Amino acid sequence: MNDSHYCPHTPEEISEMLSVIGVASVEELFAPIPAALRAKTFNLPPGQSEFETFARMQAIAGDNVQGLTNFIGGGFYDHLIPSVIDHLSGRAEFYTAYTPYQPECSQGTLQALFEYQTAICRLTGLDVSNASLYDGATACAEAAMMALRVTGRNRIIVDGCLNPFSRQVLKTYLYNLDVEVIEIAPLDGMLNRAELSRVLDSSIAALLVQNPNFFGCIDDFTALADQIHAAGALVVASVYPISLGILKSPGEMGVDIAVGDGQSLGNPLCFGGPSFGFISARKAYIRNMPGRIVGETVDKSGKRGYVLTLQAREQHIKRQKATSNICSNQGLCALRGLIFLSSVGKQGLADLACLNRDKAEYAKARLAAIPGVTVLQSAPTFNEFTLFLSKPADAVVAGLLKEGIAAGVPLGSYYAGSEQALIVTVTEKRSKKEIDHFAKLLEAALCN
Amino acid sequence: MQLIYEKSVPGRRGVKLPASDVPVAAALPAALLRTEAAGLAEVSELDLVRHFTNLSRRNFSVDTNFYPLGSCTMKYNAKVLENAAVLFAPFHPMTALLPGGVEACQGSLGMLYDLGQMLADITGMDEVTTQPLAGAHGEMTGILLVSAYHAARGNKAKKKYVVVPDSSHGTNPASAAIAGYEIITVPTAPYGDMDLELFKKAMTDEVAAVMITCPNTLGLFNPHIKEISDIAHSHDALMYYDGANLNAIMGKVKPGDVGFDVVHVNLHKTFGTPHGGGGPGSGPVGVKKALIPFLPQPRIVMDDDGQFLFDAPRTASIGRTANFYGNFGVMVKAYAYIIMLGRVGLIRVSEQAVLNANYIKERLKPYYDLPYDMTCMHECVFSASKQLAHGVHAIDISKFLIDRGYHPPTVYFPMIVKEAIMIEPTETESKATMDAFIEVMIEAARTAETNPQALHDAPLTMPISRLDETKAAREQNVCCQW
Repeated sequence: MNDSHYCPHTPEEISEMLSVIGVASVEELFAPIPAALRAKTFNLPPGQSEFETFARMQAIAGDNVQGLTNFIGGGFYDHLIPSVIDHLSGRAEFYTAYTPYQPECSQGTLQALFEYQTAICRLTGLDVSNASLYDGATACAEAAMMALRVTGRNRIIVDGCLNPFSRQVLKTYLYNLDVEVIEIAPLDGMLNRAELSRVLDSSIAALLVQNPNFFGCIDDFTALADQIHAAGALVVASVYPISLGILKSPGEMGVDIAVGDGQSLGNPLCFGGPSFGFISARKAYIRNMPGRIVGETVDKSGKRGYVLTLQAREQHIKRQKATSNICSNQGLCALRGLIFLSSVGKQGLADLACLNRDKAEYAKARLAAIPGVTVLQSAPTFNEFTLFLSKPADAVVAGLLKEGIAAGVPLGSYYAGSEQALIVTVTEKRSKKEIDHFAKLLEAALCN
Repeated sequence: MQLIYEKSVPGRRGVKLPASDVPVAAALPAALLRTEAAGLAEVSELDLVRHFTNLSRRNFSVDTNFYPLGSCTMKYNAKVLENAAVLFAPFHPMTALLPGGVEACQGSLGMLYDLGQMLADITGMDEVTTQPLAGAHGEMTGILLVSAYHAARGNKAKKKYVVVPDSSHGTNPASAAIAGYEIITVPTAPYGDMDLELFKKAMTDEVAAVMITCPNTLGLFNPHIKEISDIAHSHDALMYYDGANLNAIMGKVKPGDVGFDVVHVNLHKTFGTPHGGGGPGSGPVGVKKALIPFLPQPRIVMDDDGQFLFDAPRTASIGRTANFYGNFGVMVKAYAYIIMLGRVGLIRVSEQAVLNANYIKERLKPYYDLPYDMTCMHECVFSASKQLAHGVHAIDISKFLIDRGYHPPTVYFPMIVKEAIMIEPTETESKATMDAFIEVMIEAARTAETNPQALHDAPLTMPISRLDETKAAREQNVCCQW
């Protein structure tokens, strides 16, 4: 008996279809698979209703500790998400659609992606954007590979202040390629400019930096960009989109390719994804961009419309000569990013950025007042900052986690010799009360 | 329709932020600040809602239209899966990486572990990593695993090539190229699969891997697959399985049983998670035992007490392929899909997907050329060559279908079929829906003979007619100027 509402045929319909095909059973259709190769086992559990399934998923989610107060970032950030985002991106016409290869019946997705590309260009101050990549880390790797193509060189300099996960992903992407990665160790949580000048020469394809960097420090790469360009190399900057509400944009600094993770733009934490990676660049590099790009054009009657363009860069046309292997991207998450940016708007994003910084500055001062805590002072910070504790950060963080606070990311796992350092993140969602409570518990942890 | 930026009014905003409960911070130095706010839209909440709601109505989608899109498995996406994913929205991925953090994330880590186990069973593999974020990302990850395997055996310099059939997805050669390999392409034989004799000639000890989609993009199961994998293995080349077409064979045959060493699966195809207008997907990769040491990190394991944790860092690992643990929300949906359908349900999925494709193939055969006329699996590939005699191309038939409310099949792929029309109905469509589609396809074939101009003019019912793609590529207007 047919008990699956996801396979709708009745037994009568199945017999009718089989007689049209001219076989006696469905099993006969699998005859092309040699008998000796057929599966001998299939050990999955029995099926169940959607209600039992949902209850099981609730139980699994319930096995996570609930309601932690997040002072952790490190690439993913606990931000407010306006209600409109779930409702609009949850419209089935968006989320159950396919890639818009047929433009006449996909203008909704295509126009939204064009608007998304516009938002990313304006946010980063650059000319062209694609329609999204997987995440911030892979976007960084794609940008590096783009710089290799543009310059025809095979050495890359990476600032050690770039998110460690982005650096690890870059190494994995370059695992089997003939590319040398030169990593510059941080100097007091900032790019070591003297060391950069020492290793920079005309064999370098690009410098990869981050702003604000992994330690939370804000930098200005304007003069640096001139120095890099003089060597014939490109500057790739990974940026935190919320910070661009107030911070100098990559375009204003002379950066050539900007990338970042779009999670903070209206995408839930969701244990790490899906989010999206963004990439924007100067117009001269558009043919070296990875992934899908939406372009404006007109139809037969001259009416404005949108279409996937410059597809000759992509894998389905160019195969092994493509600029990237990417096919599926994170379109729906990029749509959420667009709705987020359009909801908070021009002034709202600046206000949101200020609110983040205000909260973080309050927290920084409050925590710095605790005996046994000092603050990394190398540069101004946005909503993340680095503390040095009088005790190993691992033990402090593990202790506070038991009290319901994710206190920050201990640096020791990522930078040898930094076992007493902790990166703390404070978004607009953290209240003064939560910050004060955190300060009290941290003080108690350090005094014991 | 106007762009949201054209509806923008200075000073308007769509959401109110919470009031601050802390003092205003001292200003940053001017050199660190942008000179002018980013030019985002300024619209009210209602303007925003109308804009995106009306945009969504300019899309076809699975929930509104039949989508017989070959190679893409556009099955129905069960609503409960969306509800399940929301349950995990609040969990920060860094939590698990904090000292003591894995204890706080047993639900999430356990789900990933269990999903890996279930996918390993479905594909016949020994372990699965969930980190890859899409099918092509899985391919790249898989080929890097192959490369690490050869390097560990001292064969890095020797292994230079990856072999693909000419019917393969473009991502296969693109992923292998990104992983540092040169590509050898083997033509398809008249029997619809990679030419076995030419394959034998292409194989040398310098081949690192053979990438195969099985059933292939013609919808055919390769009866020589075991022989192909035996030949590959005799040259110390590994067999890579592109899981794009896994929907055809669940419970019927396991890639691991027929000699594949590395497999990627597309959760957004086979396991019922939505395509999102182009993504997010998810591309977990399964491997045989010999490749486990090279899997990406962090790798989730279960200890003797049934606790889930990360294993110790391994120097042999290819490293990290993405920020965290993969597209977690997509995996929640796939996990819920698998436990909901269960063993019998998944077998039925494959049976009815294959039944539906063969039904459409038989019914349309009198009207369209079928270059490989044999029992297909979950999809079938026609050619519009008969219609071409009247000046009608596959794309014209596509646009005619749009006017009748059907998303077109995949056209012009695989590239080895002239004017290809690739139809994959999936198991979730009813006979009535397919019958109606078949009638429209027959009407298109008749119209090609009687009034080809009508097909050239289509579509007429959409917000726009056919677009000038050359203009788009020439002008490269990819960002709204004002």
